[in-house]
Amino acid sequence: MAFLEIAGLKKRFGNVEILKGIDITLDKGGFLVLVGPSGCGKSTLLNTIAGLETITSGEIRVEGTPINGLHPSKRDIAMVFQSYALYPNMTVAQNIGFALEMRGVAKADRDKAIADVAKTLQISHLLDRKPSQLSGGQRQRVAMGRALVRNPRIFLFDEPLSNLDAKLRVDMRTEIKRLHQTTGATIVYVTHDQIEAMTLATKIAVLKDGELQQVGTPAEIYNRPANLFVADFMGNPAMNLMEASVVSEGGRTLLSLTRSGDNDIRLPVPASASSQGLDGRKVILGIRPEAITDRDGADRNASAVEVVESLVEVVEPAGSDTFVVTHIAGKEVTARMRADADVKAGSRLPFAFNLDKAVLFDPGTGRRI
Amino acid sequence: MSTASSSAEGRSTLDRVVIYGLLGLFAAFYLIPLFVMLVTSFKPMDEIQSGNMLALPRDPTIEPWMKAWGEACVGLTCAGIKGYFWNSTKMVVPAVAISTVLGALNGYVLTKWRFRGHKVVFGLMLFACFIPFQAVLLPMATILGSLGRFGNDLQDLIGTSLGFGNPTVNLVIVHVVYGLGFTTLFFRNYYEAFPTELVKAAQVDGASFFQIFWRIMLPNSAPIFVVTVIYQFTNIWNDFLFASAYAGSGDVMPMTVALNNVVNTSTGVVEYNVNMAAAIIAALPTLFVYVVAGRYFVRGLMAGAVKG
Repeated sequence: MAFLEIAGLKKRFGNVEILKGIDITLDKGGFLVLVGPSGCGKSTLLNTIAGLETITSGEIRVEGTPINGLHPSKRDIAMVFQSYALYPNMTVAQNIGFALEMRGVAKADRDKAIADVAKTLQISHLLDRKPSQLSGGQRQRVAMGRALVRNPRIFLFDEPLSNLDAKLRVDMRTEIKRLHQTTGATIVYVTHDQIEAMTLATKIAVLKDGELQQVGTPAEIYNRPANLFVADFMGNPAMNLMEASVVSEGGRTLLSLTRSGDNDIRLPVPASASSQGLDGRKVILGIRPEAITDRDGADRNASAVEVVESLVEVVEPAGSDTFVVTHIAGKEVTARMRADADVKAGSRLPFAFNLDKAVLFDPGTGRRI
Repeated sequence: MSTASSSAEGRSTLDRVVIYGLLGLFAAFYLIPLFVMLVTSFKPMDEIQSGNMLALPRDPTIEPWMKAWGEACVGLTCAGIKGYFWNSTKMVVPAVAISTVLGALNGYVLTKWRFRGHKVVFGLMLFACFIPFQAVLLPMATILGSLGRFGNDLQDLIGTSLGFGNPTVNLVIVHVVYGLGFTTLFFRNYYEAFPTELVKAAQVDGASFFQIFWRIMLPNSAPIFVVTVIYQFTNIWNDFLFASAYAGSGDVMPMTVALNNVVNTSTGVVEYNVNMAAAIIAALPTLFVYVVAGRYFVRGLMAGAVKG
C-alpha cells in the first residue's frame, strides 16, 4: 500500500472541471513533483491535498486512511507557499513556532524545537527578526523551517523557488534535495519549471488541462514520454519532433523524412517502437537535441547511429555546448554538439542521429508508439 | 548666464509667489473662524462688546474656560459642560470600538471566507452608507422604544435592565448599526488586498477562524484600523441629530446637544466668550485624535485605495 494515494480525484468550479480524474500514488519518503503549464490544475491538486480546497469526487488517502474530509489542521501536513506567507507581525521564531503554539505545545518544548530547526537551516541568528528584515533566500528558509518544525507526515511545496533570482534558486534547489535526502520526508512539490522537476523528483506527474499526462520516474518521463505534450514540455531545448513516413526498402522498414531542396533522409525505426504494422503510416519521430551530435560526439555504445549531412542554418554557442539548428521535414531541428566543434552557418555538416534515444508518436492520437 | 534661463527663473519665482500667496490666503480664510473663537474665548465680556472681533485680548483671562467647564447653564442646571463631556466619552468609546471590530470581522469574512451571495451582502452593507440619518429617525425610535420596554420587563423580572433602554446604550446601538456600513467598507477593501496565502498558512498551522482573526488579520491592520477609528470617532462625537433625538434632555445628553443648549440659553446676556470656550472644548477630542493619528490617516487611505 502506498503512503499517499490519490484516487479518481475530480474538482469542479461551477461548470468548469479543473481536475478530471487524477490517480497518483507515492511511497513513503518519495518526492513527487507535479509539473505542467500555468492553469493545468497542479496548484489546485496540491490545495486539495492540503485541504484548502474541497474535492468534487474521488479520495485522498494517507497510509490507507481517507483524509479528504478532514480540516487542513487535522491532516498532519505542512505547506510551503509560493509567497512564503510569513506572518509579518511575528518574529522568525514566532513564525516557526506558531503551528506548535496552535497545537498547545508547551513553551519550553516549542523553543527547543524552534532552535533545532533554526540550526538545521542555519537561521539561528535571525530568530528575533521580523520577516520584513529578511532577504528572499532567508524568508524561503524560514518558510521551510515553519514546515519542518512540525515533523508532519507530508510536506507540500507550492512553487517555493519561483520568487528567487536564478542563482539563489539553484542553491535552494540543492538545499531542498539535501533536506529530502537527510530527513527522508515525503514531499509533494508543485512547479512549472521542468528542470526543477527533473532534478528533485523521485516521481514526476505531468498535468495538462486537469488531466494526468504521465506519471513516472524522471528518466521515464524524459526518455519515454507518453505523448507529444510530455515530449515537448520536458527538456530544454525541447525534443525535436519531425514528421516521417514509414517505407519498406530492400526488406527493411525505414523512416523517410523529407527536406526542401535536398534529398530525403532514411533512418531506421528506433528500437523503442515495434515496426510491425507501421508500414505506409505517417509517424512523428521524437529525438532529443543531445541525441543529434557531430560525428565524433556520438555515443560510442549506441547501437544505431546514423549520420546524415544537412545544411547548418544557425549556430548558438552556449559555452558548455554548441546548439546547431538545421531544417528537416519542414521543421527546425536542434542538435547539441561539443563546444569546440567547428561549425559555421551555411555550411554542410554531418549530423549523427542516435536512434537508441529516439521515440515514435502517432500523429493522430499524439501517443507514443 | 543666458537671458533665456534668467527669464525662466524669473517666471518660476513669480509662479511660486502666486502659488504660496493663494495657499496662504486660503489657509487664512479657513483659520480665521478658529482664530476668532480662540481670541474671543480669552476675552472678558466688556472687551467683546466694545472691541474688534479680530483683536488679540488686551486683558487675557481663562475665566470663560473655567465657567464653560464648570458653571455654564445647560437648560436649568448650571454645572458646566464637564458632565456632558463625560457622557459623550462613555458613548463614543464603546460605539467606536464595537463598530470597528465588527467592521473588521465583516471585512475578514467577506474577503477570506467567501460564501454564496457575499457580493449581495456587501452591496447591501454599502447601501447602508447612503441611507440619510433622517430616514431612520422614526423607525429607530420605535425599535429603541421596544428595547426600553424590554429593559423594563427585565428590570421587573431579574432586577436589572442590562442597559436596555438606557439612552447612552441606545446611542451606542444606533451608532454601531449606522457605522457598520462604513467600517465594513474600509476593512473589506483593505483585506481584499491582504494576501490570502497568510490565511491558508494559518489554517494549515491549525489556527481557528477567530485565532486567524486575532493573531494574523488584526495585528496587520494598523493603517486601516487608524483610519476607521478616526472616521468613526469624528462622526460619532460630532453627531447631533441622533443625540438630540434619542438623548436630547436631562443628564444623559452628549456634548453636542449640551453645547447647543449652552448657546441657546435665553437668560441674561449672551456670553460669547463662554460659548466659544465650550465649543472649543467640544471640538478638542476630535482634534486630538486627528493630530495623534493623522499621519496614519493619510497613509491608511492610500493603503486602502491602491488595491482592492
